[in-house]
Amino acid sequence: MFKTILARLQQGHRTMKYPDGPAPALSDRFRGRPAVDANICQNGCRLCLEACPTDAIKISDNEVNIDLGRCLFCGECAKACPAGAIRLTGDYRLAVRNREDLKITANRQTIKLAAALEGKMKKLFGRSLKLRQVSAGGCNACEADTNVLNTLAWDLGRFGIQFVASPRHADGLLITGPVTQNMKLALKKTYDAVGEPKIVIVVGTCAISGGPYIGHEQVNDGIADIVPVDLYIPGCPPHPLTILDGLLRLLDRKTPELFDNSDKVRQS
Amino acid sequence: MNSENMNFVTLTNGRAANLESIPTLEFKDFSRAVIDKVATGGRVAAMFGAASHQPAVTHIYAIIADDSQNRLCVTRTSVEGCEFESLTPQCPQVHMFEREIAEQFGLKPIGHPWLKPVRYHRSWTNRDAWGRSAGKAIQPAVCDFYRVEGDEVHEVAVGPVHAGVIEPGHFRFQCHGEKVLHLEIALGYQHRGVEHAIAGGPDKRSIHYAETLAGDTTVAHSTAYCQAVEALSRCQKTAHAQMLRGVALELERLANHIGDLGAMAGDVGFLPTSSFCGRIRGDVLNMTALLCGSRFGRGMIRPGGVGFNINDMLAEELLKRLTAVEKDTTIAINMLWDTSSVMARFEDTGSLPKNIAVELGVVGPAARAAGLTQDVRQDQPSGIFRFIHVPVSTYDTGDVFARAFVRWLEIQHSFEFIREQLDTLPAGEISVPLNPLTPNSIAVTLGEAWRGEVCHAAITDEHGRFARYKVVDPSFHNWPALAYVLRNQEISDFPLCNKSFNLSYCGNDL
Repeated sequence: MFKTILARLQQGHRTMKYPDGPAPALSDRFRGRPAVDANICQNGCRLCLEACPTDAIKISDNEVNIDLGRCLFCGECAKACPAGAIRLTGDYRLAVRNREDLKITANRQTIKLAAALEGKMKKLFGRSLKLRQVSAGGCNACEADTNVLNTLAWDLGRFGIQFVASPRHADGLLITGPVTQNMKLALKKTYDAVGEPKIVIVVGTCAISGGPYIGHEQVNDGIADIVPVDLYIPGCPPHPLTILDGLLRLLDRKTPELFDNSDKVRQS
Repeated sequence: MNSENMNFVTLTNGRAANLESIPTLEFKDFSRAVIDKVATGGRVAAMFGAASHQPAVTHIYAIIADDSQNRLCVTRTSVEGCEFESLTPQCPQVHMFEREIAEQFGLKPIGHPWLKPVRYHRSWTNRDAWGRSAGKAIQPAVCDFYRVEGDEVHEVAVGPVHAGVIEPGHFRFQCHGEKVLHLEIALGYQHRGVEHAIAGGPDKRSIHYAETLAGDTTVAHSTAYCQAVEALSRCQKTAHAQMLRGVALELERLANHIGDLGAMAGDVGFLPTSSFCGRIRGDVLNMTALLCGSRFGRGMIRPGGVGFNINDMLAEELLKRLTAVEKDTTIAINMLWDTSSVMARFEDTGSLPKNIAVELGVVGPAARAAGLTQDVRQDQPSGIFRFIHVPVSTYDTGDVFARAFVRWLEIQHSFEFIREQLDTLPAGEISVPLNPLTPNSIAVTLGEAWRGEVCHAAITDEHGRFARYKVVDPSFHNWPALAYVLRNQEISDFPLCNKSFNLSYCGNDL
């Protein structure tokens, strides 16, 4: 008992100040939201497009489009670009409400970040959100970095968000993985078991588009139209900070905002 | 000795060989050779099917690790038609491999004691080992399970969707009261067709398949993949790159072992260690992110070397964090051994006897906890581990405590290894260019991932593309061991036993 108390004192208080304080510092090598510089892009060279493992890049009207819903954030496009027109910034904020909002172009560098739930939904879930997690394929990295939010460093419980053991206890689902054919039925049944009204959050590029498994006959290429989605959080896997930022936006909690041209997120 | 030479070709980890050098034995000689080799201490690292030029003929390859000689013995046979005689009754190590061959190639191992699918998908050929019609959907885990009957015997079914934030799988317990008589595990829910998709490569998606075979084992799997490509491309990595791969691998081991010990503490209700370790695991993942921008090591291991370099400043920062993490970890974990309520739950729970570990072909900390001195870093070393020796950590009771304690011993060795490497940074390039892959060749690579042995086997066609790419995750060897240790345990000890193995669903399901 005495040893336990001593250890407790040694380990100290470790829950981060975010979102009331600044976000935890990320690695300088962290790969967040890609940005395309239209001024130096040699339109039509197509090297980025050829380098992309998941065909997340398209060129239309001579303009590079990147679909973050397909992006693995591997940075191969940035490496391939001879002009250095593409780079992956340190911006970790990536969650959106609509699938289309995940598409960025040279003219639309930032994405339309997720708006809060409205009206009755916000009233119901804003201060207490119970989620059932369903892992439907994938590599378990999204699950691992979702689980991290339950550690005392992140302490998800302080926002009233909790993962519960049964869909019957849940307000919604948090889904990961490309939705394998073998998990489709179980996912649908779990969704049906959640009482109305309910929300659906998809975490990770797999769940949004199929990720590295796009086009495999064994998967459904993500959630598609199996169930309606309220929040998309891209990444392979998304950083815990990206996931938390998305959840807080959905629940209309204050997050550190200010964003300047150097792509560093600072405390407002 | 002479006939043994004729039966197998000897490879070392990470070296390629011409396909023609591998003997193609008559099936009965193949069967005899594999059974004899395993009976004299060999270990089945992989056994798998591969298509031949004739649709009716399938090759079966066997890769047997001869750990005492630091070598890999490879042989093969041809099977014509749709069945072959099962080796499993005499060599239980191939139990799951034969089920996998049956599922992928529609070849029925005659005499297999428990022939069920592994992943519940359609075969890659037009044959089906269970005679299922092509039009009928294959439902995962929809099949007969081993069943115990009698007064007051009941069945508990769990999954595929579990209570925690974890992967899907189906567990069927046969119980008498609280006592588990038998557990059968049905997986396949995570099957996403990776092995089939890698064939035809390498291409721009291959490395991402390797990185996502099992997300928590990104470094070990991507290293095994890159070593296979490098072996087939005859390229020589720099010492600098090999050192960085070693550091990334040991960081991966640290993060997972620390997380596992925290989770095991949580499962016996000892919350201090559970809370501390959950946080410390994150600190280690953040060290990996300092190296390569990803907490899971995505982007770090690349064919020809590594994706990111390290400078003195970064090395210093990593060393600083390592010292802090080591101190916190030591205090958090030593509390486990000092707490009698934890030890009472850990000791004598879920025991895996040494002979059963050998029979099932168990790998990794689970094998070492059962007293087997078996570690790829020592037995089949590649990369940095050919130069730096990491001691093998073993224990002999095979119970939950042993699996926990072996992890703690390994944590300490990993701290030491990383510190040594960062203290003596070799100079050099981080990456070398690759050549086209050698056609008609095979390369086998092994690595000691935190969970156990990772084995990749790449076979190229006449154009130097992958004709077959076989992946064996340590979980594939170890799931049957988890089922075994549950026998005669209380069902309430299942979560603890499960966590003490912490096996991968996606690594098994591929």
